[in-house]
Amino acid sequence: MKSGSNLERLLEKGEFVVTGELGPPKGPDVEVVKKKAAMLKGNVDAVNITDNQTAIVRMSSIATAKILIEEGLEPNMQMVARDRNRIAMMSDLFGASAFGIKNMLCLSGDHQSFGNHPEAKNVFDIDSIQMIYMVKTMRDEHKVICGDEIEGDFKMFIGAACNPFADPFQYRVHRLAKKVEAGVDFIQTQCIYDMKRFKEFMKQVVDMGLHEKCKILAGVTPLKSVGMARYMAANVSGIIIPEEMIDRLKGAGKGNVATEGIKIVCEQMQELKETEGIAGIHLMAIEWEHKVAEIMEAAGFLPRPTL
Amino acid sequence: MITADRKPFEEIKESVKDYKKIMVLGCETCVAICQAGGEKEAEILASELRLAFGNEGNKVEVNDELVVRQCDDEFMADPAFLEKVKEADVILSIACGVGVQHACNFFNRTITDKPIRVIPGLNTTFMGANIDVGLWEERCLGCGDCVLEKTGGICPIARCAKSLLNGPCGGSSNGKCEINKELDCAWNLIIERLEALGDLDRIKPVEMYKDWRPSHSGGPRKRVREDLRL
Repeated sequence: MKSGSNLERLLEKGEFVVTGELGPPKGPDVEVVKKKAAMLKGNVDAVNITDNQTAIVRMSSIATAKILIEEGLEPNMQMVARDRNRIAMMSDLFGASAFGIKNMLCLSGDHQSFGNHPEAKNVFDIDSIQMIYMVKTMRDEHKVICGDEIEGDFKMFIGAACNPFADPFQYRVHRLAKKVEAGVDFIQTQCIYDMKRFKEFMKQVVDMGLHEKCKILAGVTPLKSVGMARYMAANVSGIIIPEEMIDRLKGAGKGNVATEGIKIVCEQMQELKETEGIAGIHLMAIEWEHKVAEIMEAAGFLPRPTL
Repeated sequence: MITADRKPFEEIKESVKDYKKIMVLGCETCVAICQAGGEKEAEILASELRLAFGNEGNKVEVNDELVVRQCDDEFMADPAFLEKVKEADVILSIACGVGVQHACNFFNRTITDKPIRVIPGLNTTFMGANIDVGLWEERCLGCGDCVLEKTGGICPIARCAKSLLNGPCGGSSNGKCEINKELDCAWNLIIERLEALGDLDRIKPVEMYKDWRPSHSGGPRKRVREDLRL
């Protein structure tokens, strides 16, 4: 076992896992975290805690993850390379491990120009792939980067992201291979809407045997409205939403778009479950945590497996 | 070359408003080439200041001077020039930040009976290339450990917004960077170039952590060539 987390053990057992996502509040309001956690509890196997996503200041992912553990959920702590150098990262990882956090996601991070402090200086001392290697070295060799021994047991199930919808498309699988080479245990993909391109990508992944070296969780986000779909397609880098999907939402008619969005995501989840190389779903119901139970039920993914 | 932009006129005017004798000091090298701080720009700035202060009835003497390089002692050592420097209340240097500092240092080393005030008229921007008429782009961050041999001659440190050594990130879209659709994704360029060269395999292994000590992270840098020292 790498960390013995719930997520790792379920994947080891061959269960088709589902991870959720929780965005921390823009302040120290614990109740917000508890409320969202309650909506996710029992409906997903682990919960990603974003790290100042889109570079907007929020409660730290470590602190939020700790609250989640207290609430009886398993966090997957995100960590971005934008705000910390290697010293701060390793220190925070010790802290996270001490708090009982067993899963993490290594990310480059959205550039600060997207956030609420665009005048900030960024760090980017190491990148996400180097971060994977760093955490693996800490876990498997019990050493920090410089070679000094770690005091105590450091266990972590190491995740990373993958965006099959970014460019250049033909190189994306090779970047995933680099993450595997660096030692990643699991991958969560960017939100998938273009199933055709995703399947094309997965064929490359399977041909290279990468799905056998790490567990791949397919990312999905339900579309709440036509406006949201249009906004994401136009403004969020690396998101492709096919016109047919937007047309389908439009066709649902006033008052029914959200329901149609949920229907689409459920169909996607079922289709992805049958896709070769996919070990689970990463369900990102952004500010729609209260719909997670409904989506999971409708997709036929409840109850969640136990160990 | 080093590129720079002139500071907004109002900011410059505010910074010299308390002085009666102003010397606008141009520099004939990098900032002249990027048309921010050369002879012509020194003349124009001096005229603008004269006009602005004159319109306010403020009697101010503004002269302009030019040296080949403000980052080198030898181009500023002329005694007649130094006499003019001494007579001025302020030197408004329109060299890059290096020139401003070095001119200040040199004048105060050379002219010992009066402290010399040197202030900047430009904002120094980057080390870059002249890509097209009126267009300059950043190309180097001076990290002290060049990786261009691995990346097809395109620098990921200077040209990737996240300085990724294992790019491109998930924000690369149609060859452009996520932070600005006008900005080329450096990693997209790197991949295209390496593919054309048949060298794509070079970036397939994981590039390990960068040692930032040779960069500014290791503290302000000094270069010593013992063989050239007297």
